[in-house]
Amino acid sequence: MYRALADAIRDAEAGGTTLAHVALAAESRDQGRPVAEIREALGRALAVMRGAVRQGLTGDMRSASGLVGGDAAKLLHGPAGPLAGTPFRDVLSRALAVQEVNAAMGVIVAAPTAGGAGVLPAVLLGLADAQGIGDDAIIDALATAGLIGAVVAERASLSGAEGGCQAETGAAAGMAAGAATEMLGGSPTQAGHAVALAQQGTLGLVCDPLGGLVELPCVFRNATGAAIALAAIEMAMAGITFAIPADEVIDTMGEIGRAMDVRYRETAGGGLAATPTGRRLARERLVQIKRSDA
Amino acid sequence: MSRRVRGGPPLAPFLTSVEIAIDRVASSVASPLTPGAQLHMVSLLDIIGPVMVGPSSSHTAGACRLGLLARGLVGGTPERALIELHGSFARTGEGHGTDKAIVGGLMGFRPDDERLRDALDIMDREGLAYTFEKTKLGEEGETHPNTVRMTLERGPRKCTMVGSSLGAGRILVSEIDGFPVEVHGTYHTIVLVAEDIKGSIARITGLLAEDGVNIATLRLTRKERGGDAFMVIEVDEQPEEKVRDDIRALPWIKWTYRLDKVGA
Repeated sequence: MYRALADAIRDAEAGGTTLAHVALAAESRDQGRPVAEIREALGRALAVMRGAVRQGLTGDMRSASGLVGGDAAKLLHGPAGPLAGTPFRDVLSRALAVQEVNAAMGVIVAAPTAGGAGVLPAVLLGLADAQGIGDDAIIDALATAGLIGAVVAERASLSGAEGGCQAETGAAAGMAAGAATEMLGGSPTQAGHAVALAQQGTLGLVCDPLGGLVELPCVFRNATGAAIALAAIEMAMAGITFAIPADEVIDTMGEIGRAMDVRYRETAGGGLAATPTGRRLARERLVQIKRSDA
Repeated sequence: MSRRVRGGPPLAPFLTSVEIAIDRVASSVASPLTPGAQLHMVSLLDIIGPVMVGPSSSHTAGACRLGLLARGLVGGTPERALIELHGSFARTGEGHGTDKAIVGGLMGFRPDDERLRDALDIMDREGLAYTFEKTKLGEEGETHPNTVRMTLERGPRKCTMVGSSLGAGRILVSEIDGFPVEVHGTYHTIVLVAEDIKGSIARITGLLAEDGVNIATLRLTRKERGGDAFMVIEVDEQPEEKVRDDIRALPWIKWTYRLDKVGA
């Protein structure tokens, strides 16, 4: 797989093709598997993503602690806000839906991780549904997203414990922004700017879940991560460029992650987890979860 | 086609180690317990995946995979287990279901198995004696934050494994019975301990070739000259029972186990 997005963009532009195409070709070469087989596996992931969105939107999902659940349905059925009826609201509800399913130990696709699993399906499915985009194009977008995630894994990190939330929902926002930009007809170069635009907006984001549970703020941070991806897509599609190349933004994310205090890396030692309310909720809810486990 | 022989990672200077990567571009190697260590080739399907039960790819899916791999070292579901959690595993493991995931993995549940949710109840019902402890396996910055040491017993067999969950569900086993290893679980893997005799590698690779098994990587480690040799062989196809039996039949083999592929 590529270790630099710049190389993938160069190859795609030179060949007059897409990032999805060069990503699938590289994966096929690396793994010795035919492209059709890789697309099939991505198709299975797509089906699980759709299932998680559907399940989450019913509003029946409750996390073990009861801290999160039911909010995806509120966006679907609740009072209209200024963006009701737009894909923006559909994207937000899907992000909450998948992450509520995840918190309830339901089945999701970790893309790139479980903690950031809501962003990619929300952005891709929300926009594809709004524009009537078919499965083949969504599967291509998943390949592009996988390429971007692989570059982040190589150059920085995809683990909140290593790099904070910028390495989870931040990376997911970059993946979703680049993939959706291409899915909507943007060029490989535009997709690269979308990655940079999304990830610059999540630099420094800490991982501070209450009690260490992937619930609060994770569920909502997936929704805001998706919103950042939408902002990046809108800007990139309008032809806006970001002066620092995506690879360097990703490197920066890695550097910030390495410098980040351990309290902000999934340990519940700082951030929202360490607020008086955060501590109280974690104490109450964790005791409840632990019941017979001792 | 590439074939390279090179020294192993700088784990401990007193170890001798050789690794042969065949048909693959060998991965870059860093000390396996260093955070941010470069991994083997990243696959798209590692990133868009795994399909898993939530809530955390590192604390749930990765933990489950470590359990799944570990059970292979005792040839099935262990009867007793001491599970020592380090770092973030110790601090936030309960909320993430890490305990459930490791126990589920030890019982053979895969990361997308919805029974993981109830793994602790199932463990109790099955009468399995697994205990958890929080521990410190190394210094901050040296040992990966999501690391576990498992000491497993099944019948007469006892084995200790140290492994880390690297993020996105990927894992790295760094130690088996005190021998430094590097197992990712993305291949079927054969591990064995042999007396350090000349020609042992040739003999074993010969047996594998006869059985039509293609070797991806092979690593030999020993603690001292003439001491026991520890071999980790990653292979492309699931080796049949016969392969293990053939290897076991060699008089200088002390023990050998097959570890299932647990990657995406």
